[in-house]
Amino acid sequence: MRTHSSTDARRRQTGRRHPLASIALITIGLLSTGGAYALLTTTASAETTTATQQSISEGQKIFAANCATCHGMSAAGTEHGPSLYGVGAASVDFQMGTGRMPLAYQGPQGAQKPPQFTQQQIDDVAAYIASLAPGPGIPDQKWLSGNADTALGGELFRVNCAMCHNVAGAGGALTEGKFAPSLKGVEARHIYEAMVTGPQNMPVFNDTNLTPQDKADIISYLKFLDENASVGGFDLGSLGPVSEGLFIWIFGLGAIVGVTIWITARPN
Amino acid sequence: MTTVQETTTAPAKGTRFTSAAANYLDERTSISGITKELGRKIFPDHWSFMLGEVALYSFIAILLSGTFLTFFFEPTMTQVHYDGSYVPLKGIQMSAAYASTLDISFDIRGGLLMRQVHHWAALLFVAAIGLHMLRVFFNGSFRKPRELNWVIGFTLFILAMAEGFTGYSLPDDLLSGNGLRIIDGMVKGIPVIGTWTSYLLFGGEFPGEVIVPRLYSLHILLVPAILVAALGLHLLLMVINKHTQYAGPGRTNENVVGVPIMPNFAAKAGGFFFVVFGVIVLISSFFTINPIWNYGPYDPSPISAGTQPDWYIGFLDGALRLVPPGLEFVLWGHTWSFNILLPMIVVGIFIVAVVLYPFLEAWITGDKREHHITERPRNAPTRTAIGAAGVTFYAVLWAAAASDILATHFHLTIEAVTHSLQALLILGPIIAYFVAKRSCLALQKKDREIALHGYESGRMIRLPGGQYHEVHKELTDYERWRLVDYLDYKPLMVRPDAQGRISPMQRVRAAFSRWFFEDRISPATRAELESGKEHH
Amino acid sequence: MAQHDSEHDIAAGSELDTVAQRAVSAGTAVAVPSGAFENPGSPPDRVRATDLDPKKEKTAERRVGGLFLFSIAASIFAIVAYIIFPIVPGNLSSVRLNNLFLGLGISLALISIGLGSIYWAKNLMKDGEWEEHRHPTRGSEDTRAAAAEVFRLGNEESGFGRRTLIRRSLIGALVVSPLPAVVMFRDLAPAADPVALLKSTVWDANVRLMRDPANTPIKASDVTLGSVFHVIPATLANSAHYIEDKAKAAVLLMRLKPEDLHVSADRADWNYQGIVAYSKICTHVGCPVALAEQHTHHLLCPCHQSQFDISHEAKVIFGPAKRPLPQLPITVDSEGYLIARSDFHEPVGPSFWERS
Repeated sequence: MRTHSSTDARRRQTGRRHPLASIALITIGLLSTGGAYALLTTTASAETTTATQQSISEGQKIFAANCATCHGMSAAGTEHGPSLYGVGAASVDFQMGTGRMPLAYQGPQGAQKPPQFTQQQIDDVAAYIASLAPGPGIPDQKWLSGNADTALGGELFRVNCAMCHNVAGAGGALTEGKFAPSLKGVEARHIYEAMVTGPQNMPVFNDTNLTPQDKADIISYLKFLDENASVGGFDLGSLGPVSEGLFIWIFGLGAIVGVTIWITARPN
Repeated sequence: MTTVQETTTAPAKGTRFTSAAANYLDERTSISGITKELGRKIFPDHWSFMLGEVALYSFIAILLSGTFLTFFFEPTMTQVHYDGSYVPLKGIQMSAAYASTLDISFDIRGGLLMRQVHHWAALLFVAAIGLHMLRVFFNGSFRKPRELNWVIGFTLFILAMAEGFTGYSLPDDLLSGNGLRIIDGMVKGIPVIGTWTSYLLFGGEFPGEVIVPRLYSLHILLVPAILVAALGLHLLLMVINKHTQYAGPGRTNENVVGVPIMPNFAAKAGGFFFVVFGVIVLISSFFTINPIWNYGPYDPSPISAGTQPDWYIGFLDGALRLVPPGLEFVLWGHTWSFNILLPMIVVGIFIVAVVLYPFLEAWITGDKREHHITERPRNAPTRTAIGAAGVTFYAVLWAAAASDILATHFHLTIEAVTHSLQALLILGPIIAYFVAKRSCLALQKKDREIALHGYESGRMIRLPGGQYHEVHKELTDYERWRLVDYLDYKPLMVRPDAQGRISPMQRVRAAFSRWFFEDRISPATRAELESGKEHH
Repeated sequence: MAQHDSEHDIAAGSELDTVAQRAVSAGTAVAVPSGAFENPGSPPDRVRATDLDPKKEKTAERRVGGLFLFSIAASIFAIVAYIIFPIVPGNLSSVRLNNLFLGLGISLALISIGLGSIYWAKNLMKDGEWEEHRHPTRGSEDTRAAAAEVFRLGNEESGFGRRTLIRRSLIGALVVSPLPAVVMFRDLAPAADPVALLKSTVWDANVRLMRDPANTPIKASDVTLGSVFHVIPATLANSAHYIEDKAKAAVLLMRLKPEDLHVSADRADWNYQGIVAYSKICTHVGCPVALAEQHTHHLLCPCHQSQFDISHEAKVIFGPAKRPLPQLPITVDSEGYLIARSDFHEPVGPSFWERS
C-alpha cells in the first residue's frame, strides 16, 4: 500500500515547487555549516550531536545574551523557565525555528511567530544545548520526505494526535487558554521534532511509542492534507459543523432572504 | 379565468392542445373544481412570508439528492477493507456504510455533489424552519385560528432535527460515531429504563452492528413519511386558514390582499424554488461539507478536537456542556445522573413551552376572536420580550456547543468561556426581556408621534417671532393607517362569577394578564390628531 | 383601486354582512376601542415602467427569454462538464473539478430559470393587488347542524351509544391490539443482561497492554516521562465483539514523576514506577478523554470539556463529569512488559441506573 506512484503523479500535475525542496535546501545549508565532520556522523537517532567547538561556543554566546534570563546562565533553569539539560538539539531547533523562543511574553503558552534568529544561529544554540547533555537530535532527512504510508499515517494521526490537533490538523482548545496549534503548512522537520520532544504541554512520542517510520507516516499524511485541497471546495477552516452551521445561516440563508426581498419588492 | 372555461370559448391560437388536455383531465378527475377554487386564491406579498417556502424547497432538494444517494449507499456495518481511490484510507478496515460513502464521494461522478447538496440542503432546511418559526412567533401569527398549525409546524421542526441527526450518523465516521456515543451516554443516564433503552437501540452493547441500518430505516422511511404527512397537513391548514397579512390600507381582518396564485404567485414561488435549489447547488459546488474522509472510520478509541453536532443539535450539546459540576449521586442504591438529566429536563421544558405558547397566550389574553392581521412585534411588547428571552436562551446554549472553538478563535480560556456562558444562560434572557420590551414601547411611541405629527422633514423655518421650527411632513391616510391599525387590550379585571366567587385561577389569570398588557401604548386616534392640529 | 377577484366581486357586499353576523365573541379579552381612524381603503396601483413604455416591456421580455436560454446553455455545460471532467482514480483534484463544474452548471441552470420566472412575474405579469374575502374558519350553522346530524344518524343506525357491551369491548380490543407489536420490539436487543456486560471489560490479570493500533506490547522502559500511550488489551484482537469491547477497554498510559503522583493507600500497587493507566472513556457521556497535557497532568474531554487530574487519581477538576476516570491496576511481567493486575474495579464510561 505504498503510495509512491500516486504522489509522483500528484507532483507532476500540481507543477509547483515541492515543499520538500526548501527543506532540502535548509538541510544542505545546515549540514554544510555544521562542517564535513557532522555530515559524516550525524544520524537522526543520535543522542549526542557532534558539532564543532566553534559552533558550540558561538551558541553559548547567543544563549547567554538571549535565553539565560529565563533558563539560567548554565541552562539549568530558573523559576521563569525550565532546565534545558537533555532537551536535545531537536527541541532547540523546534522552539527557535518556529519562533516560539524567545518568548514574546509570559502567557499560557508560547506563540508561534517569525523566527528571531538565522538558521545558523539556531544551529549554534542547538549545538551548545546538545553539548550539555544528550538529547534528541535533528531528525534524519529520510523520515521527512513525505513519501511514506499515508494510510497508516492517517490512522496513527487519528489515534495519537487528532484529539488535540483535530482530524484535519486545524488545531483545538486545551485547558486554561492553552491550545494545540494548527498543523497546516508546518515543516516536516518541526513536526518530527515536536513529536520527539513534546514542546510545552504536548506529550512526548518517543521512538518506542511511535517509531521513526511511524512518524514519517504521520508526516506523510499531514503533507498529503497540505498538498491536496479539499475535494468538495473551500474547507471553511476544517473546523467541522460549527463553521458549516455559521456559513449556512449567514451566507446561505442570508442570500436567500435577500432574494425574497427582491421578489416581493415592487418594480419601478 | 380557468382552463375549463376556455373550452367553451373559441380556443385561441396555441391553446388547442392545452384545452384538449384540460378537458381530458377534467372529465376523469373533476380537476376544474380545484382549479376554480385555488387557481385565483390570493397570497399576500411580503418577503417574510416566503421563509416557509425556503424550508419546503430545501426539503424537495433533500428528497431528490437523497434518492440519488440511496442508490449507492450501503447501510450495513459489515467490516470491509477499503479499496477505493482515496489513498490515505486504502487498506483500512471500515464498515461498508463508511466505504460506500467514500465511494459516493470519490468514485461516482456527481456523487460528492449530491452528498454536499443533501447535507447543505439539510442545514438550510432546519435553519429556514427556525427562521420561519421566529417570523410566525413575533408576528403573533399563531393566534386563533392557527394554533394547531403552530403545533404541526413545531412537530415538523422536531422531525427535521430527527432526520438531520439520523442522517448525520449514517456514514459511520469518527465524528458521527462519537455523536452516537454521546446519545448512548445520555440514554444510559435516564433513570430506570436507560440501560435497557440503550441496549434496545443499539441491539446490544454500544456500538454494535445494527445501529446504522436501523437509523437508515428511520431516516429514509419512517421519519420522512411522517414528515411528508405533517407537511401536507401544514399546507392544507394554511390554505383553509388563508395566509395572514400585515396591516395596511384596504387590508382588514375579513379580507386578504395580494396576488393570485395563477399566474403571478405561481411564477414567483416556482421561480423561487429554482433559485433556492440553485443556491444550494452553488454552495455545494464551492464549499466542502462534512469531509468524512478526514474523520476516518468510526473507532471507539480516537476522537477529534472540535467534535460537534450539526448546528440544529448544538443547543442540546451546549446544555450538556453548561451543566454545573458534580450533579451525580447515588441514592437508594441507584445512580442519578443529574449532569445528564438536568440538561434534558431544562431543554424539555423549553421545548414544551415553545409548543404550548399559543395556548398560554390565548388563555392569558382570553381572546377568542380570529386574527388574520399579523402584529408588528413592537405592538405586542410582552410577547416580543418573551420571544427575545427565548431566543437568547437558545442562542447561549447554541454558542456553548462551540465553546472550544470560541476559546481558540478569541484567545480565551475554555473555562472562562464556559463560566461566562453559564452566567449568560440565566442573565441573558432577563436582560433581553427588558431591552426588547423597552425597545418595543419606544418604537410604539415613535410610531404614535409620527402618526400624529408626521415625519421630521429636516427643513427648518424661522417663525416671525424669531423661533426656529422644524417642518413636519404629514402622513397620507394610507401611511398613517399602517401605524395605527393594531388592537389594544386592557388587562383582565377580576370579576366574581355567577355565584359571586372569585376562583384562584381567575386571580392567577388576572395577574398574568396585568403583566402582559399593563405596559402598553394605545394607537393614535383621529380625535388626538384633530386636537393636535388645533394647537398649531 | 384594487382589482377584486371577479368571482368575489359579485358576492362581496352580502358576504360582509354574514361575516359581521357570525363574528365570534372576543371571549374575555378587554379590547380598548381605538376607533377614530378609518381604513382608507386600497391605495391606487403604482404604474411600472414596463406598463408605460413598450420599449422597456420588450427589453424585459428579452431579459426573461435570455435567462431561460442561458439556463439551457448552463444545463448543456453541466452535461459537458460531466464528460470532460471525469474522475481519475487516485487524483483528488479531478474529483474537485468534477464537483465544481458539474455543480456550477446545474446551479446556473436552476438559478436562471428561477430568476427568469420571477423577473417575468414582477415586470410583465399584470400588476396590482387583488382582494379576496375570508370566511370564518368555523363552519356555518347549517353545515354544523348537518354534520351533527350525520353523527346522530351514525350513532342511531349502529347503536354505538346504546349497545354498551359492543362499544366497550371494541374499545378494549382496540387498546390491546397494538400490544403484541410493542412486545415484538423486545427482540431489538439480545436477551443477555446488559448490566453485567456494562460492569466488566476484557481487561484481566496478566493481560498485556498493547499499542493502539499497532497491537504491540509495551515495555515499562518505553514509557518515558511525559509520554502518552494509547492502549488496548492484548486479548482484544481475538475478541468476538472487537468494537464493543474496545469501546470499553480503551486506556491511556502515562508516566509521571513518582513525586507528582498522589496515590491513595488502597491503590499503592496500581501504578508501576509512576506509570499509570486510566480508562479513556469519559464518565460523563462516554467520549474518549484523550487530550493529555504533559506538564499540568490534566486530561481534557473535547466533547463537553470535563477535566481530570491524573496526578490526583483522575479526579474531576472542571466540567459536567462527576466521577474520576477508573484506574486500571498495572504491573510488569517477567519479560518487562506492562500487564494489567486485574480488570477495572468499577464500571467504565457513563453512569447508568444500575451502576452503584
